[in-house]
Order: sequence, then C-alpha cells, then structure tokens
Amino acid sequence: MSYHADEKGYYGEFGGAFIPEMLYPNCEELRQNYIQIMEEPSFKQEFQQLLKDYVGRPTPLYFAKRLSEKFNTKIYLKREDLCHTGAHKVNNTIGQILMAKKLGKHRIIAETGAGQHGVATATVCALMGIECVVYMGEIDIARQAPNVARMKMLGAEVRAAKSGSKTLKDATNEAIRDWINNPVDTHYIIGSVVGPHPYPDMVARFQSVISEEIKSQLLEKEDRENPDYVVACVGGGSNAAGAFYHYLDTPEVGIIAVEAAGKGIHSGESAATSALGKVGIIHGSKTLLMQTADGQITEPYSISAGLDYPGVGPMHAHLYKSGRGEFISITDDEAMQAGLELCKLEGIIPAIESSHALAIFEDRKFKEDDVVVVNLSGRGDKDLQNYIDYFKL
Amino acid sequence: MNRIKQKLSEDKKILSIYFTAGYPKLDDTVQIIQDLEKSGVDLIEIGLPFSDPLADGPTIQESSTAALKNGMHTELLFEQIKDIRKSVSIPLILMGYFNPVLQYGVEKFCQKCEEIGIDGLILPDLPLDVYQEEYEALFKKHRLINVFLITPQTSDERIKAIDDASEGFIYMVSSASTTGAKSGFGEEQSSYFQRISNMQLKNPQIVGFGISNAETFNQATEKTKGAIIGSAFIKHLTENGVDSIGGFVSQIR
Ligand SMILES: Cc1ncc(COP(=O)(O)O)c(C=O)c1O
Repeated sequence: MSYHADEKGYYGEFGGAFIPEMLYPNCEELRQNYIQIMEEPSFKQEFQQLLKDYVGRPTPLYFAKRLSEKFNTKIYLKREDLCHTGAHKVNNTIGQILMAKKLGKHRIIAETGAGQHGVATATVCALMGIECVVYMGEIDIARQAPNVARMKMLGAEVRAAKSGSKTLKDATNEAIRDWINNPVDTHYIIGSVVGPHPYPDMVARFQSVISEEIKSQLLEKEDRENPDYVVACVGGGSNAAGAFYHYLDTPEVGIIAVEAAGKGIHSGESAATSALGKVGIIHGSKTLLMQTADGQITEPYSISAGLDYPGVGPMHAHLYKSGRGEFISITDDEAMQAGLELCKLEGIIPAIESSHALAIFEDRKFKEDDVVVVNLSGRGDKDLQNYIDYFKL
Repeated sequence: MNRIKQKLSEDKKILSIYFTAGYPKLDDTVQIIQDLEKSGVDLIEIGLPFSDPLADGPTIQESSTAALKNGMHTELLFEQIKDIRKSVSIPLILMGYFNPVLQYGVEKFCQKCEEIGIDGLILPDLPLDVYQEEYEALFKKHRLINVFLITPQTSDERIKAIDDASEGFIYMVSSASTTGAKSGFGEEQSSYFQRISNMQLKNPQIVGFGISNAETFNQATEKTKGAIIGSAFIKHLTENGVDSIGGFVSQIR
C-alpha cells in the first residue's frame, strides 16, 4: 500500500480536488507544474539556500535527557521551534513563495487561524517584495492580537473573515473566494496539508525536509536512520506530514499522530477529528471531518488555535483508516501540563500545539531502549498569554 | 421528456431564479416556488443551504447561514416539497454543495429527487471527472440532469468536454467571481459571450452571476439562451419578504 498521493491526489480513498469550476484553472496550473518546478536545480538550490541561511536549518535533533529519564525511554526532540518565525510553518511558505514566483504570480493570499501561518506567509512576502493579504477569522483576530501586529509590521494586509463561525475554516473559505475572484495573478499559500490536490502533496513535500534531516541526524547520534516511533501533533497535519514523510513506507517506524481532544472527546468541545469525524468534503478535499448528520461542517474546539481545524489532511485520514498511524488524542489540561513540564525539565517553552505531542508519554508507554522522535513544531512565545491565564502566572 | 429540456426547446429566453431553501423563513419554500411560477419564471433553482458555501458571495452565504439557523436540512426540504408537483409544473433544479448530498447518501438523494419530481442538480464542487466515474449512471437512472459550470478562464478543450458530458444546459459563470460579487457587464464579458457563442456548443448556455435587473438580463441573453438571478432575488426577499415576488420578476422582463 502506498501512503503517498497518487497522480490525482488520492491517498487511498481520501484527497482529490472537489472544487467548483471557477478554481479549476488555478489548481490545474499548479498541478501540471508543481513537481517539475520542485525538481528544477535552480529551484532546489534557492529553496535549500533559504532554508539554511534564512530559516536556520537544519534544526537540531536534541536528545532530551531529563525527559527521557522521567519516562524511561529515549526521547529526541526535532527542534522546529528554532525555525525563523518560531514554527515549522515557514518551511512551506518559503517553498510556496518560490513556486509562486516561478509561476509568475504577483500577489499572495493566505488563511490563518492562530496567526502562525499568516506570519510565516507575511514574512516570505516581505522577503520577496510581494503583495500579501491574509484572511483571519474575526474572532481569531481578537484573540491573537500579537500575531496580527506582526503581520502588519511585515507589510501584510489582514482581512477579517466575518462569515460563518468567523474562525479558521471561514478564513479558508474567504481565501478561496479571493482566489476565485483573482484567478490569474494570485497564488494561494495554504498553510497545511489540506485543500484540493495538489496542495496536500505539495505542502508535504516542502515539509518533508523535517524527516530528511531526522534521518541523517539520527544516523550520527544513534547509528541508525530509523527511530522506533515518530510523534507529531496534527491540526491540518503539515508538521506531522513532514516528520512522517520519509518513514511512511518503512513499517518498522511507528507513526503516532496526536490530535486535540479539547475538553474531552465527547464533551462537545473537541478537535479530535479521527475519533469524531466522518468522510466528507472540506475545502476541496475528501477526508475525515467533523460535521452534523446533515453534512454541515461543525466548529471544533481546542485551547490550541493551531489544532482547531474541523478536518485533517487526506494523508492523515488514510494513515488512520489504513491503520498505519496510531492516533492519540490529548485534552487541553494534559497538553498544558506537558508544556509546563518541558519548561521545567529541558528549559524549552513549547507551543501549545507541540505540547499535545509531548503529553502522550503519561499514558503511552515505550520500551527503555525505544528511540522516540517528537516533532517540536513550534515555540511557546505566541502562547504566553494562554500559559499565563491557565497557570495564573 | 425532462421538463428542463422541454422548456429549453421553447423559442424564448429563459429566466431562472435561485433562492435558498429555508430563507427568509423556514416554511417559505413552497410559496416562493408557487409565486415564481405564477410570475412567469421559466426555471427555479432551489438552494440547499451549506455551512461553507465557498463559491458564494456574502448575500447567498448569509441566506444559507440564516436558513440553517432557521432549522433547514436536507430531509426537511424534501418533506416540504414532497407534494410540489401537485401545484407546479415548472422545471425544478436543486443546487447545493456536495457534502450534504454525500452524507444523505447520493443514491438515496437521487431517488428522492426523482420521486418528488426534481429535474436536475447543480453541485458546483462535484467535479466533472468524479461525476463521470462514479455518479453519472446513477443520475441518469433517476432522470436527473447534471448541470456543469464554465467560466471565462475555462479552456476551449475543457468546455468541449463539459459540453459532451452535459445534457440540458451549461451554466455559464459570467466573470471570475463568487456569486453577487460584480454587477453589470463590460467589454470582457461581451467578448467571452461571443467566444462561447462562436463555439457552437450542442447545449444551450444560461448565464449566471452578476445579473440583477432588466438591463443585465438583456445583455446576458443577447448571445445566450437565458440568465439566472440569485443574489438580487435574495436581497429582494430580505427587504420585502415573500409577498411581492411578482413585482420583482416583472421588473426583469
Ligand atoms: C506550532 C504549531 N504546530 C502545529 C500546528 C498545526 O498545524 P499542522 O497540523 O499543519 O502542523 C500549528 C498551526 O498553526 C502551529 O503553529
């Protein structure tokens, strides 16, 4: 079985491009060109140069000694939190801005929830001197003020999405509508492995640098390329896709995807898509999503804005359905405790998204000599207010 | 013969009206359909509201959100219109996004449409290739015409493929836009209308998006078979409720 996208963008039964005809030329232009462009030597060279000099790659693979002692196994942290702008998101936006340039686009649009992808997009647009419009739900604008300010400082226009539930899914709808209205000069930089083909595959390829580095770094440290497990949190699934990518077809490597259970899977306030979702179509992709019996998409909840998406990328839906991936969901409380614990044990303040991945060790036990790589997708600066409020600091 | 094809064979321009089921009030559906027929409209598109209508502009989005809040859902719509063929003979098309249809069950949905006397479907996010591979046989079995969209950006080659796959008419989106985004037509539309007209397609074309009054209706139908009004009618319903539908239609033609 393949865990990669086929030519039409399907991962098993999931994926594809369920888009209105208005989007067909845009997606088709991208589909016909993305692989070829990514394989051009000049593209590769520029992408790798920027990842190195601008983003700060390779990010370290750090052996977390005290955390390992506590849980009696060998835990490595892939330090995506040390990327420029504070999360893995920038790997994708660097790739896509270069793609947009190759396609001759003069204007960039993006959606953002917490603002991390918006900041990463505004950053690369500033770098390239390209106009940037970021759609953000009206509610998110109010609760993520620092990132809104960052985007503005970087020269982006932040437009409030006022439709529907006024959060990430609606910001995505607004970005798609913008793209429908500006089909020729605009490139849409999607922030995760979601959306119509070829986005999930393209974003996964840009993020795959994460597992490419893990392989060579682990070889150096443990004299083996393959860990026993790779663990990552899943919102849309881009940091997870990047961390899993080069291990997808290596069955000896266990894949663990961690979703946000919010206040509990069955509390009605959750974002645990694999547990609660059914097959459906969201943002042009057939995947697992949270919806009513009537097929209306519902609003998820998580304390972590980056995991607050009602679907998962089609790659992850397939990993779940096929049994290749182990899916675990973590509540707000478990994640917050695990985040604080990492601060105390390792001197690293993680993003709350990443704290979900760290929280699995309480219940999910590993063997003493297991090598477990956790993708630390981002740093906690952006979440300071949440940590302050939660722990009454 | 399918009512849509029957209507298209008449020697006249088609006026089609879209409205969102469950809006302004949950139970307005049947009255809106009856009044539209009485007012001389040729074809009706009944919109099945969806939480995330990404091809639609603010007017239709808001009507969808309101309709869902009012309590509209697929089964209820079918219930409301189950006897509609006792009172109207106008061609009826259901228009909606694919996810609610998928959850209802595509086969069950088609069966229900046939029972009620629905003549066609417009599902903008059900792409041509998926339709042909998975659903065409089913739609045909239940005598449902599936209507495809084309836009000014659609290539000639793809327009031909869509023409081949269509029976009934082609929904010609007037400009690169979501519904209700633009009003009035310029140079660009004229040359697009001309280009399509020159292609001599086997299916007639009906223009949608951006038609709001007699002027734009006449412009849009100069080179085509007809035109569809959506957002402008929804706005009318928002402002006037369901009591003056005839007045709205008589301003168009
Ligand atoms: C630090 C961090 N991790 C994870 C995510 C979730 O996104 P994804 O699942 O695409 O990696 C986000 C999204 O904003 C994020 O900022």
